[in-house]
Amino acid sequence: MPPHAPVPDAAGRYGLFGGRYVPETLSYALDQLAAAYAAATADKSFHAELDDLLKNYVGRPSALYFAPRLTEHCGGARIYLKREDLNHTGAHKINNTLGQALLTQRMGKTRVIAETGVGQHGVATATACARFGLPCVVYMGEEDIRRQAPNVFSMKLLGAEVRPVSSGSRTLRDAINEAMRDWMSSVDTTHYILGSVVGPHPFPLIVRDFQSVIGRETIWQCREQMGRLPDLVVACVGGGSNAAGMFFPFVEHGGVELVGVEAGGRSERPGDHAAPLSFGSPGVLHGSYSYVMQDADGQTSDVHSVSAGLDYPGVGPEHSHWKDSGRVGYTFCRDDDALKAFDMLAMCEGILPALESSHAVAKGMELAAGRPKDQAVVICLSGRGDKDAAEIARLRGLNAPQAPSPQGGG
Amino acid sequence: MSAIDECFRKLRAAKRKALMPFVTAGDPQMEFTASLIKEMAARKCDLCEVGIPYSDPIADGPVIQESYTRALAHHVKLADIFAMLGQTTPKVAMPTVTMVSYAIVYRHGIGQYVDDAKAAGVAGLIVPDLPVEESPALADVCRKADLSLVQLVTPTTTPERVRRIIDACTGFIYYVSVVGITGERTQLPPELVDNVARLREQTPLPICIGFGISTPEHIRRLKPVADGFIVGSAIVRRVAECATRNQSDVLADVGVYMSTLRAALDEPS
Repeated sequence: MPPHAPVPDAAGRYGLFGGRYVPETLSYALDQLAAAYAAATADKSFHAELDDLLKNYVGRPSALYFAPRLTEHCGGARIYLKREDLNHTGAHKINNTLGQALLTQRMGKTRVIAETGVGQHGVATATACARFGLPCVVYMGEEDIRRQAPNVFSMKLLGAEVRPVSSGSRTLRDAINEAMRDWMSSVDTTHYILGSVVGPHPFPLIVRDFQSVIGRETIWQCREQMGRLPDLVVACVGGGSNAAGMFFPFVEHGGVELVGVEAGGRSERPGDHAAPLSFGSPGVLHGSYSYVMQDADGQTSDVHSVSAGLDYPGVGPEHSHWKDSGRVGYTFCRDDDALKAFDMLAMCEGILPALESSHAVAKGMELAAGRPKDQAVVICLSGRGDKDAAEIARLRGLNAPQAPSPQGGG
Repeated sequence: MSAIDECFRKLRAAKRKALMPFVTAGDPQMEFTASLIKEMAARKCDLCEVGIPYSDPIADGPVIQESYTRALAHHVKLADIFAMLGQTTPKVAMPTVTMVSYAIVYRHGIGQYVDDAKAAGVAGLIVPDLPVEESPALADVCRKADLSLVQLVTPTTTPERVRRIIDACTGFIYYVSVVGITGERTQLPPELVDNVARLREQTPLPICIGFGISTPEHIRRLKPVADGFIVGSAIVRRVAECATRNQSDVLADVGVYMSTLRAALDEPS
């Protein structure tokens, strides 16, 4: 499990960011969760059970793969892919949901709710709940249900109930609102398995810790394969859970450059992207103080990304802290460039990346190309892209036959 | 002493209980909200909660959510709301409090929000997503401006937290009747009377009950233990009929409804 962390403090603050901005009704559940998590982290049997699940059920450690043809194509630093796409359920999300399902059991709660955007967290939650025999309700925006039909079907096959959310922008943000409302009425019996490093304390801490297995493995795998740490690590950032899990163990290794890639969408205009660290300002959303896309009155702005998993106007508070402290650099990648990276990885390496991960691939390729061949770049391949095949076909159907136009930052 | 403290002092002297409607600012238009606030005062309501529309209200049920969505759909701005309140509050004796997400207060700047609210004649704030741990900075600004910062106590609040909340709260305590979101309920929890009675032993602050309150029966049952009642979704649901009905008819209906609640509240116990 993770080393003792300097942040957050007892109030859940990462520097200025984080905290707990929730209705009083939820304070009890959050205190209970924080206490249960503290007890679990001090309990060897909890670690043993989680480690066994990660090894034998998820298939960890996930491979750290040197990508020879992609490296050759880019012509610069050696590119390695951390293959979270090879996990059971096809993404990093399962690392967190199994940990939280174990916490659910420890708290004696008998029902689980979750939100999902892309559907990967919904599938991972439905999977963990099936594994532990817990009834599961997943809230999902109607727009995302349309974009991610295969994952919706998977959740149902796994026994979960998928509740469509038709309020607001009908995406991840509204699914979180609806899950919170459910939890307001069901805190006694229900645990809310939040899927990213967002929300009120202690969620950003718990999710980061459960995802930190990604970075810890990457560190020993790099030492084993290259005899040293990498020069650069790149991960995509929506809410930011795969990036937080990858970056956190590297934060103390000052020689390793860390870059988070947000969804640059179509343009820099408000509403055309989902990049609060790049274009937003600090504010409160979903129980936490962090960078957010808001208007002058504090109303949450609509955002856009080609990938449902990054289509979120906020970001985890620890990322805001890393941004302001300068430890992690944040940039963005446009929809078109992510789609091009998707194609490139498919054709160079025979790997279909998730559209979310494609943002990291695009930026990782660009940065690797500008670096000497003796450097090493690790890209977090947070999930696999089978789920996106239908959406990509739809986009190409509308835009075919010409290739996406080259534009902007990736 | 804020206008809310003064209001409850008078109510207690007259052995009366407070009736406190909630209205969504700008639903369906700001002019209607101004008329509604005046109607509430004419129907002998004692205080009025004005909901500031917010895009992501996690404590609210569908009725209030939808009213926020309607208001925001025609771009209601905080400046418009304060302008309306500035014109309306001097015409009514009833103090107003804004029910507002901390996302909005923070964005506006807490000092600026409190200054603007006070200039608009607002007597207090309820910030439902600002728990007591996060509230000291805003509480300090409110205290200096003599505005009340009302805190909420819920059935899930532990005794230790109740003590902290009582210490931090000014104006009145908002007791949330149910474990859940806003919205009308036919039945309220059987333990509600005991819960409020226990809270009563711990504080001299007025205690008002909200969430789910919508019928004269609710009020008759709870009035022995409470100092007042907050009625929200039952009003907002009626206001939503403005989409299909004459606005003055809707206004009159809401007024009649509030009078039936007032009558239940004023019946001799």
